[in-house]
Amino acid sequence: MASKQTAPKQPLPPVGVWLPPVALGWLIPGGGHFLLKRSGRGALLLFSVAGMFICGLLMRGSMFHPETGDLLTTLINVGGFIGDLCSGIFYLLAAWLGYNQPDVAGHVYDYGTKFLVTAGLLNVLAMVDAFEIAAGRKN
Amino acid sequence: MPRMTLSHFEAAFLFAFFASIVLGVVTKKTDRERLRYGLYVFGCFLVALFGIGWLMYLGHR
Repeated sequence: MASKQTAPKQPLPPVGVWLPPVALGWLIPGGGHFLLKRSGRGALLLFSVAGMFICGLLMRGSMFHPETGDLLTTLINVGGFIGDLCSGIFYLLAAWLGYNQPDVAGHVYDYGTKFLVTAGLLNVLAMVDAFEIAAGRKN
Repeated sequence: MPRMTLSHFEAAFLFAFFASIVLGVVTKKTDRERLRYGLYVFGCFLVALFGIGWLMYLGHR
């Protein structure tokens, strides 16, 4: 019987190596890549996340608030809030400047809400990429 | 603040454009592979967009 071989688990690098690019990558999308001297990729990530977030704002998408209730309500609202928060400086600026769009019916508003959350989720991918570069698992 | 009013197609096209760039950048290891994968993902988004659009149209008839 053939045995399934798994790749050996790589040890986690020291926190000082990966935390600065990941934290900067959260605050400024693509910032981790700039810190790691991957400016071209950093610029593309910044353009995409910023573009997605700004389009979401222009479509008057609503931001999620961490409300709890039944399981589905908690999952949608807390998950959506985390997604929004992952956009870093864009979310912080929008919240600080008082952006507060109520959730209204309409496909443009609905797309806007999804754009805002997806901008944060794309930034999570960028942060994971920055982590892998900092850890030496990727060039 | 200006307001953006888009059709379903325009919004989904923009979504596919931005998401494809990020997926292309973070997934592959060389620039050539990244470009190819980004274009591939964008193509997949568009195929899904038209495919599901037609499916809904035919399902409504």
